[in-house]
Amino acid sequence: GKAVCCPRVRVLLVLLLRRSFKKFRAGITTQICASLLCRHAPPARYGGRHTVTLIPGDGIGPELAKHVCELFRFCCVPVDFEVVNVDSTKTSEDDINNAIMAIRRNGVALKGNIETNHNLPPSHKSRNSLLRTTLDLYASVMHSQSLPGVRTHHRNIDIITIRENTEGEYSSLEHESVPGVVECLKIITRTKSLRIADYAFRTAREKGRRRVTAIHKANIMSLGDGLFLECCKEVASGYPEITFNSMIVDNTTMQLVSRPQQFDVMVMPNLYGNVVSNVCAGLVGGPGLVPGANYGENYAVFETGTRNTGKSIANRNTANPTAMLLASCLLLDHLKLHGYASMIRKAILSTITDSQLHTADLGGKGSTSEMVQSIMDAIQSSGPRTQRH
Amino acid sequence: MAAHSAVLSASKIMNPFWVGRLGNTAKVFGTTLIRHRNKTSLTPPPAKYGGRHTVTLIPGDGIGPELLNHVREVFRFTCVPVDFEMVNVNSALETDDDMNNAITAIRRNGVALKGNIETKHTLPASVKSRNNVLRTSLDLYANVMHCQSLPGVQTRHKNIDIVIIRENTEGEYSSLEHESVSGVVESLKIITRNNSIRIADYAFKLARERGRRRVTAVHKANIMKLGDGLFLQCCREVASGYPDITFDSMIVDNTTMQLVSKPQQFDVMVMPNLYGNVVSNVCAGLVGGPGLVPGANYGRDYAVFETATRNTGKSIAEKNIANPTAMLLASCLMLDHLNLNDYASLIRNAVLTTMNETRLHTADLGGQGTTSEVVQSVMRVIQSKGQFTAEL
Repeated sequence: GKAVCCPRVRVLLVLLLRRSFKKFRAGITTQICASLLCRHAPPARYGGRHTVTLIPGDGIGPELAKHVCELFRFCCVPVDFEVVNVDSTKTSEDDINNAIMAIRRNGVALKGNIETNHNLPPSHKSRNSLLRTTLDLYASVMHSQSLPGVRTHHRNIDIITIRENTEGEYSSLEHESVPGVVECLKIITRTKSLRIADYAFRTAREKGRRRVTAIHKANIMSLGDGLFLECCKEVASGYPEITFNSMIVDNTTMQLVSRPQQFDVMVMPNLYGNVVSNVCAGLVGGPGLVPGANYGENYAVFETGTRNTGKSIANRNTANPTAMLLASCLLLDHLKLHGYASMIRKAILSTITDSQLHTADLGGKGSTSEMVQSIMDAIQSSGPRTQRH
Repeated sequence: MAAHSAVLSASKIMNPFWVGRLGNTAKVFGTTLIRHRNKTSLTPPPAKYGGRHTVTLIPGDGIGPELLNHVREVFRFTCVPVDFEMVNVNSALETDDDMNNAITAIRRNGVALKGNIETKHTLPASVKSRNNVLRTSLDLYANVMHCQSLPGVQTRHKNIDIVIIRENTEGEYSSLEHESVSGVVESLKIITRNNSIRIADYAFKLARERGRRRVTAVHKANIMKLGDGLFLQCCREVASGYPDITFDSMIVDNTTMQLVSKPQQFDVMVMPNLYGNVVSNVCAGLVGGPGLVPGANYGRDYAVFETATRNTGKSIAEKNIANPTAMLLASCLMLDHLNLNDYASLIRNAVLTTMNETRLHTADLGGQGTTSEVVQSVMRVIQSKGQFTAEL
């Protein structure tokens, strides 16, 4: 890591030193400095409890967010949620701006998907996209793993997809210069491509991964995707222990449906990332199982991997809570509450092996509340101090 | 069409001397009949002299040349009345002369069969993809791919029958890119009302002709509101003129996820260029891989046939392990287009019969067969049907 000596670090150090004399021991100061050296600034933390912004969103978002709160309360996780609602029917951007401010304040958020109303004019941008670009959450990371207990056509899938989250086809820059002819701009910049490639290789190194594959369509978009590919190659040269290769997006999707085990870490621009991550999610069992994380320089937002609103199954107690609960575990890992994260994750994975509890998306007849109840039972039986049921 | 095949069948029972004569009459008669029908491809009858059609053949790179040789072999063996005019395109050259020759030849003949031409990454960005240039110059606006589960091929999903219609000339493949500021590249994706209506119309007409019940438009209008919004709007407009066909739409990411879990829900799909590329490759992967699915590019005046996933197959070139099925089935589509339906059915049945033989499966299907073995088997099946053929 780099040595950080900005004023903010010094202020925080002083605050922490003043707070408790007990913590003023020889090793602690070094530990605090070490944690401050990490990529992300430490999130809000008072009295040992973290405050996390919670955006329920639409569709199945609110009910799943409630289950997360329930579970966290049950496990006595030292996290307080600051709920910020975003009304997707309104055209004004006040709601989303409030949410963004709250995330800036807290540093971390857990969100459901906010619906993009098609009936509103094109000037009304996707709220989710606005959130990602404003907070510069440049990396969307999704880890698709075959879960034991979930029957799928393919086995042993373990793919990390790292998708550029702020530019590419999602620039929302469109215009109709001549009536009946629309131009959509896809922007690829050197800075952002280098940044995402660097993120990908660092993540691969941290997690002990052997290969990074760049996905592109440089045979057709030779300047745009050509630049992306070039940036990936540059960054790859700085990581000699990691193999780098590239693949065209159409071939990639075809290989994914026939032999997904060949992929390890994949890095790609925005739209291909969207498609490829959805294919991977479909391969490991569907949108109800995979959590997603959006990382930026200073903020992190966690949500389900495939960002579905799930309007058609909202409020029916049939949604699969796994994705959202695993996303909350990623959140806990980010807050360095690894003990709680592993405990909840283990409970989820043990619940998912019970096909009796599988929800409709996995072909079962279980309900959301039954699954959550079972997870809480599993946690209670593993011994740590919990609330009463 | 019915009268045409009736005459042809009648001609089979008669003396071979009359077959050729009656066959010609049937073809001319048939073509006249067909022109009056509301066909999807409004293509004028291709070049035909002395009862034989001339088709442009572009071998391309990688496995293209060997597969097209096999196609010629099978055609010669089956005595198909088609002559190939071969036009080579050298992908290593920067000039467009080769490509222009090929395009002129296709304009002359009206129909072509091609292998994929490689796009070399080492050439400057101004050198556009040759395949793309061909499609846009000839205005081959509709790329049609029919993905069907083949009986002899083991796949994870069964009973897939999807027709994918992809806009072939605009969208993300406009090749309009510029670097206005150093390090910032803008790629333009163009969606026009005219082309969108045209492709939607093609899709619905095809669905109606083939008795399909549902058309699904694939888009990303929640993000690209103007562009894909226009595409979706055009599809809806066209859909209103076809009340017998159900129309729905789906976002591309959800589509690909549904495709890998429940592909049987899809019937006919229509979409812009890039999504078409991705979705058609996913479907090809689902039914068994790039070696099995043929593709067709239709325009108002021309038609070009090739493998659906347009792979060059450089790594398996000249090793006699490429799967010839896709190219052979593409040649059958070409024969159908030339109204040589009997030859088309004959070769198609032979190819499908050969596919049932797991022993003959090539490497891409997990077997150890060679290309030449598969082709030999196809020719043997044709011979066993009792047709008048050349010597094996």
